[in-house]
Amino acid sequence: MNKCTERIYNGLVKENPTFVLMLGMCPTLAVTTSAINGIGMGLSTTAVLIMSNMLISMLRKIIPDSVRMPAFIVVVASFVTIVDFLLEGFVPSLYDSLGLYIPLIVVNCIILGRAESYASKNPVLPSIFDGVGMGLGFTVGLTSIGIVRELIGAGQIFGIQVMPDSYVPLTIFVLAPGAFFVLAALVALQNKIKRAAAKKGKEVPAAADCGAGCAACGNRGACGGHMTVSQSGNNNRG
Amino acid sequence: MGIQELLLIAVGSAFVNNVVLSQFLGICPFLGVSKNVKTAAGMGSAVVFVITIASFVTGLIYKFILGNKNIMNGELEYLNTIVFILVIAALVQFVEMFLKKSMPSLYNALGVYLPLITTNCAVLGVALTNVESGYGILTGVVNGFATAFGFLISIVLMAGIREKIEHNDISESFQGTPIVLVTAGLMAIAFFGFSGLI
Repeated sequence: MNKCTERIYNGLVKENPTFVLMLGMCPTLAVTTSAINGIGMGLSTTAVLIMSNMLISMLRKIIPDSVRMPAFIVVVASFVTIVDFLLEGFVPSLYDSLGLYIPLIVVNCIILGRAESYASKNPVLPSIFDGVGMGLGFTVGLTSIGIVRELIGAGQIFGIQVMPDSYVPLTIFVLAPGAFFVLAALVALQNKIKRAAAKKGKEVPAAADCGAGCAACGNRGACGGHMTVSQSGNNNRG
Repeated sequence: MGIQELLLIAVGSAFVNNVVLSQFLGICPFLGVSKNVKTAAGMGSAVVFVITIASFVTGLIYKFILGNKNIMNGELEYLNTIVFILVIAALVQFVEMFLKKSMPSLYNALGVYLPLITTNCAVLGVALTNVESGYGILTGVVNGFATAFGFLISIVLMAGIREKIEHNDISESFQGTPIVLVTAGLMAIAFFGFSGLI
């Protein structure tokens, strides 16, 4: 079981999809207007991730290498459709507020990324736990962004009033621009902590590993660690 | 549907509900491929190209197969997501091969960006929005083109700003992704100004 707990730790902390890998930015920014939406989206993605990791890991010796991407997409899309109907049937309020972003779980880089880089190469049990870890990491990321935005933008957390009545909510934080600002602040905070750790001579967490999972995503440049390097290289032309 | 309504839909999806800045679709290429104006324009044009064709093809498929009342009493709608994503993936491959063979100059300009587009959620997002809003084929294509045009505008603007940011003195923690996100946030505020248009 040791390997399984290691996978969960890996997803939650070491390779946290939201803060470290910066994957799945679309839902991260779009649905985090409140903490409850963040949890809902996170758990839906977790469910799809666990099921698709499990099935892809089971089928990994059957799927031919040359058609693996379309095969993965069909598997993921089927589970997304199932989750879509379950939410519509049992949690209609959440279904309404997440809207278009539920079917768009299909194109979430995290899911195809884990399928390609982990589930298609490893046995079933670790793959399931990899899905659990990555999914929970994503849920934690989304929920924390949701809490910050809801707190500043509406003075509430999970719909419960926590700020005194004299507090005037900054509505912009629940609107589109607020998403960018909150994520920018969180990434900057993370950069600061990493830099402080590096100065102390502690081991710096591995720079964002955007290898296999994100190669198809055009997102490689968005990973903190590599960005400064490639930017300084690119901009010598003045 | 009159030309006026089409125009309203076009302005609405290009500016008011900008695909990147207010709907958060296609954030990955928006952050990843916006380091200089030239590549950003290339990526943007490739997206315009693919989304317009994809809206047309998915519109056809929905009208004649998935949403057709004569096939399975129109109960095939639950296949939308699966069929659309596969069609888009195949379409991108096909467009790439077609351009390579018959229009090499266009292929050289757009070629590198094409494979990246399959995972661009804007393409699937537009196809699903078209179905959900009950758009016909023509309206769907207009909506798709306008949405993609909005993407082109915002990614080129972003690249222009980023080229300038390079020469600025940014505090250490904000270098890289955070300053780009702050820029995007300010652009989103600016785009709120368009909401008075409709």
